[in-house]
Amino acid sequence: MLKTFQNLGHTTLASFSKLGRASFFLLHALSGVPKLLLRPRLLINQLYSVGVLSFLIITISGLFVGMVISFQGFHILSDFGAEETLGVMVAASLVRELGPVMSALLFAGRAGSALTAEIGLMKATEQLSGMEMMAVDPIHRIIAPRYLAGIIAMPILAILFSCIGVLGGHLVGVGLLGVDNGSFWAQMQTKLDFRDDILNGVIKSIVFGCAVTWIALFEGYDTIPTSEGVSRATTRTVVNSAFTILGLDFILTTLMFGDN
Amino acid sequence: MDNSNQSSNTIVTINNLTFYRGNRLIFDNISLEFQRAKITAIMGPSGTGKTTLLKLIGGQLQPNRGEVLVNGQNVHKLQRSQLFELRKKMGMLFQSGALLTDMSVFDNVAFPLREHTHLPESMIRSLVLMKLQAIGLRGARDLMPSELSGGMARRVALARAIALDPLMIMYDEPFTGQDPISKGVLLHLIKSLNTTLGLTSIIVSHDVHETAAIADYIYIIADGKIIDHGTPAEIQDSKSEWVQQFVKGAMDGPVHFHYPAPDYVDDLLSYSN
Repeated sequence: MLKTFQNLGHTTLASFSKLGRASFFLLHALSGVPKLLLRPRLLINQLYSVGVLSFLIITISGLFVGMVISFQGFHILSDFGAEETLGVMVAASLVRELGPVMSALLFAGRAGSALTAEIGLMKATEQLSGMEMMAVDPIHRIIAPRYLAGIIAMPILAILFSCIGVLGGHLVGVGLLGVDNGSFWAQMQTKLDFRDDILNGVIKSIVFGCAVTWIALFEGYDTIPTSEGVSRATTRTVVNSAFTILGLDFILTTLMFGDN
Repeated sequence: MDNSNQSSNTIVTINNLTFYRGNRLIFDNISLEFQRAKITAIMGPSGTGKTTLLKLIGGQLQPNRGEVLVNGQNVHKLQRSQLFELRKKMGMLFQSGALLTDMSVFDNVAFPLREHTHLPESMIRSLVLMKLQAIGLRGARDLMPSELSGGMARRVALARAIALDPLMIMYDEPFTGQDPISKGVLLHLIKSLNTTLGLTSIIVSHDVHETAAIADYIYIIADGKIIDHGTPAEIQDSKSEWVQQFVKGAMDGPVHFHYPAPDYVDDLLSYSN
């Protein structure tokens, strides 16, 4: 019994200690962001790595998710004779929830894990120590551009996910199931609100981008510099990111849509 | 921060240094001095904290007690920006080379110049080619680190370490895992950098013969203490049994062949279901 309490106390202290380290790490990285304005090339390279290279998985997933929602939605809506509202249903589901959440989960799996592995291996092969000894701050030089790139790329990827998803929904709903093309787009235009739906979705994806990239970079930087340590850190990035995204989504949804 | 007690001939002074890693004592109140323009070796068996000592000199680790003075400055009392300024005067060659794997050989050597100077690209090119020429790898400038052998990677790392013309350079196990030719090349480079540029060199190694061949002074560290120190000839003639076992590579001696264990016969016969 005493041992259980000891373990619980130890785990709690270790978690708070890690959160403290992660917070200092984030502040240190943010202090390096202004310098990036003088060296945009560093940011552009990372935007390519975390953003452009995630494009394929995001668009293909978005297409299929949109198609599936359209299929499922059509069968439910047709029971009430409301097939014309299919466009609203698909678009609202995507821009409010599925776009930001799914793209963030995919981003964590694709770009987040790659960032952790990259930083972890740089630590294991002494590249970060080497930079420090060359009087170059690795958090400013390596971490800051990746962090900013993650924050910029995430909402763009989420918007792409939603757009492609809507096209997928249109393909199935209008092309396959015979929903009226005019109704599909007109209902969507009428019912979707820019601030409540689209802007809130973008805000969510920015928050997810901040959280996922922070987790990925810190896990890599804080890893035990062995192959096993890097492997565990990469797993932790994906698992912790998923929990964080879902938890944050609930909080943000409550704040954004709770009073409706 | 300046320390007037440090002799002008001494570039690094370590005073009463104690360092723990977790609960394990790594250095127990040790003091060392490293002379300018000399090659000083720190030797000892694996796991005695030789690399840790370099990290303490470079300010990457904080000691529990004691001080490290580099060029008159107490490394562990400097602001981060001051420490980075000091590090520009210290080169370090890591055991793995620590080359940036996403950059070519040329870009690796150019890295510190691009980070710390505003030199035009044409001048950086000339400087990098001069450094690469010095280590014999000018022709390998476009290769990526993954295309280099271990010895070549260390030579490139050496070129990078001297890119900013530092006052001193620290070598962490430069000969480990190298073939005889690579060892010979590295020995020659370390010695010639020392003699031609007057570069102070601190070599951490357990390769006795290679290191003794070029070192001016040797410290032998084991179990957190300095076991012996002196010129290579003095170390060779040391009265210490421990030093003699280390220098000659004897299998048994003060450092036992067997890890502490229960009685052998008892251990064999103690098995029961």
